[in-house]
Amino acid sequence: MATLKEVQTKIVGVKKTKQITKAMNMVATSRLRGAQSKMESFRPYAAKFSEVLGSLAEKAGKESSPLLLAKEEVKKIHLVLCTSDRGLCGGFNSNLISVAEKFFKGKEGEDVEISVTNFGKKGRGWAKSNKLTIQDEYLGVVGSKFGFNTASVSGKKIIDAFLADKYDEVYIIYSEFLSMARQNAVMKQILPIPPIEKVEEEVDENAPYLPEHICEPSADELLGDMLPRNIYVQIYNALLETSTSEHAARMTAMDNATKACNDMIDSLTLAYNKARQAAITADLMDIVGGAEALKG
Amino acid sequence: MAKNIRLEVVTPEKAVVSEEVEIAVCPGELGEFGVLAGHTPFLSTLKIGSIRYTDAEGKERMVFVSGGFAEVLPDRVTVLAESAERRSQIDVDRAQSALERAQKRLDDDTKEKVDIARAKAALDRAMHRLRLVKNV
Repeated sequence: MATLKEVQTKIVGVKKTKQITKAMNMVATSRLRGAQSKMESFRPYAAKFSEVLGSLAEKAGKESSPLLLAKEEVKKIHLVLCTSDRGLCGGFNSNLISVAEKFFKGKEGEDVEISVTNFGKKGRGWAKSNKLTIQDEYLGVVGSKFGFNTASVSGKKIIDAFLADKYDEVYIIYSEFLSMARQNAVMKQILPIPPIEKVEEEVDENAPYLPEHICEPSADELLGDMLPRNIYVQIYNALLETSTSEHAARMTAMDNATKACNDMIDSLTLAYNKARQAAITADLMDIVGGAEALKG
Repeated sequence: MAKNIRLEVVTPEKAVVSEEVEIAVCPGELGEFGVLAGHTPFLSTLKIGSIRYTDAEGKERMVFVSGGFAEVLPDRVTVLAESAERRSQIDVDRAQSALERAQKRLDDDTKEKVDIARAKAALDRAMHRLRLVKNV
């Protein structure tokens, strides 16, 4: 049985931990709000973009851009891995890394070279321990302030490398934000650009007839201009989703940690009280015993 | 009175303009084009420059855009730009320092070609921003 003093020290310790986890929970909550509103403000752009892209892709031929063409042999694969910089967010990073790991293991034995662009420290650690070539790394981006610029700078480098035949295929791994409680690690191919699905539009019977868009320059050229942007949009979207997911994951993890602290404090307090009571009882027994002895 | 057309200027970070305008003049890649209500559907890439429009009160306004593209429909013009600012939102000091930085990079001829293209684009952006602010 632990002594009173020991139990007390432990209670104080757990209380301090609780303070930290609670504070981190609150910080994550407020950051989450910021990240979510950023995601909201990106939506109109993304929606319009995919709408225009979809209608253009229909018109333009498949050969209009080298970004659409699959390479004959896939020897060099590039992964864009988005993770957080910091831990204490539950299984968030390990989920993302396990997706990368699975892909990596699947390619083992095949003659492929895998290189990585890292957003976030955690993924970098993984890439380093697997001795993958790190082409590029961006730290302090996910989960904090970043603009569209970050996405277009990194996207440009990836596209240039793809066009220079340094990569045959490019995938992005990021965390999809489904809800506060659910974040899903996903992997998507970004290059060569998979066939673009046209956004299903609701056909409005009463809508007046509209002639087709006139394109300036030609549809092919327009598409050629838009496809690289499409990559930037996707990277930016992945970064936004990952950031929001990170904060949500941290919030949940810290909430659980705070709850666990409460449980621990409760049970420790109980143990403390029990020990105290036992000591008092023992003392009383002593006194009573002593008094009896004196009487006798 | 002429019918108005809806102008929306959207960037990945926020919606910059969303209002009814009489006319919008955009810097198309192949030349400037003006849009009135009832325009035929039209798609164009935009170069770095400014969108001029006359708002519902008949006041002329300017918005800087750093390239992108525009979709025109009979009742709507949507501009998707990587960045866009109203005249009042332009950060003059930042543009000025960007201008100087780009100039310096262009003067330094040891750089590779890629950097020259980037510096030129930066110079172009800074110059347009400054021109917009000064040309009241």
